[in-house]
Amino acid sequence: MKPQTKITISLLILGLVGIQFIPTKRNRKSVVNDQDFSSVYQVPKNITKLLSSSCYNCHSNQTNYPWYANIQPVGWLLQYHIDKGKKELNFSTFGQLSSRMKNLKIKSMKSQIEDSKMPISSYLYLHPEADLSESEKGELIAYLDSLSAQNAIKD
Amino acid sequence: MKNIIIPILGLILSLSISSCSNTSSSEENNDNHDHTEMADHNSEGNSETLSSTSQLVDNYLKIKNALVSADREAAASAGEKLAKAATDFDLSSFPEIEQQNGKEILEVIKENAEHIAKSEIEHQIEHFESMDNDFIDLLKISDYDKNLYQQYCPMYNDKKGGTWLSDSEEIKNPLFKSKMLSCGSIKQTIAGQ
Repeated sequence: MKPQTKITISLLILGLVGIQFIPTKRNRKSVVNDQDFSSVYQVPKNITKLLSSSCYNCHSNQTNYPWYANIQPVGWLLQYHIDKGKKELNFSTFGQLSSRMKNLKIKSMKSQIEDSKMPISSYLYLHPEADLSESEKGELIAYLDSLSAQNAIKD
Repeated sequence: MKNIIIPILGLILSLSISSCSNTSSSEENNDNHDHTEMADHNSEGNSETLSSTSQLVDNYLKIKNALVSADREAAASAGEKLAKAATDFDLSSFPEIEQQNGKEILEVIKENAEHIAKSEIEHQIEHFESMDNDFIDLLKISDYDKNLYQQYCPMYNDKKGGTWLSDSEEIKNPLFKSKMLSCGSIKQTIAGQ
């Protein structure tokens, strides 16, 4: 092996090892607060289960991290997706939204599920358990419809 | 062969080290990002040119016309302008008691407009279709001098129906990507004042 190649490889390894020591933030608050979706609405158990297994990892402050999230740069990539997901929708702070915005978010959730855009396919590849069956989609959509109707009466 | 083995060894090494790091956690606080952004804009005063209701409506109608001709790009660019107009809106033009309501309406218009700016046409249509009632609420607390017509096509969204606003009584349906252009009727007239 050429000396140059050796140096390049050594630097690469050193770099890979080095970045493991950079502190990373964790998206994990200990308590579910009163602004959480599940506190704002009376969410049936089956719906809570579906939301937490298929949505909350990226759309709340309560991520269940897989073991490989400890390896960089994989962990950073995950964090990037979580940040992006929370910007669109954060179940943990849902109560802070205006009722008008809540309605829009509920409508968007529904259409994303209907069109099978969420959970996103790249996520399902690593988390097949998060995939929603047709009947589970139906349950979620029916529940979101009931929320829309409920909110329409309140307005 | 060596070229493959060494990086793998490196990975294994980094794996074993990483297991003892990452115990620290930090809490995030990016809630209400949009709220503060909007408040900032408002407190900057009137030195910058603030946008008006007619700019919002104009860009809404541009999105509508773009969707009638199934022009994704034109809809996206009008969406971007609508988002900006919603951000720069002169909140002080609302009556005192409607300030909060007006702010919430603008937030929702902005959110929809941002999605129209970056999405495929199907998704643009969904967000466009969602906005007309927010505009109607906006026009209740804000001045606009021309007549607008809320139009309704019962075929949209698996026959659940869809609505939009137009500045003309003539029906040109924006919800079906240039198809079924004549599907629709006037549901109500929002008179200009």
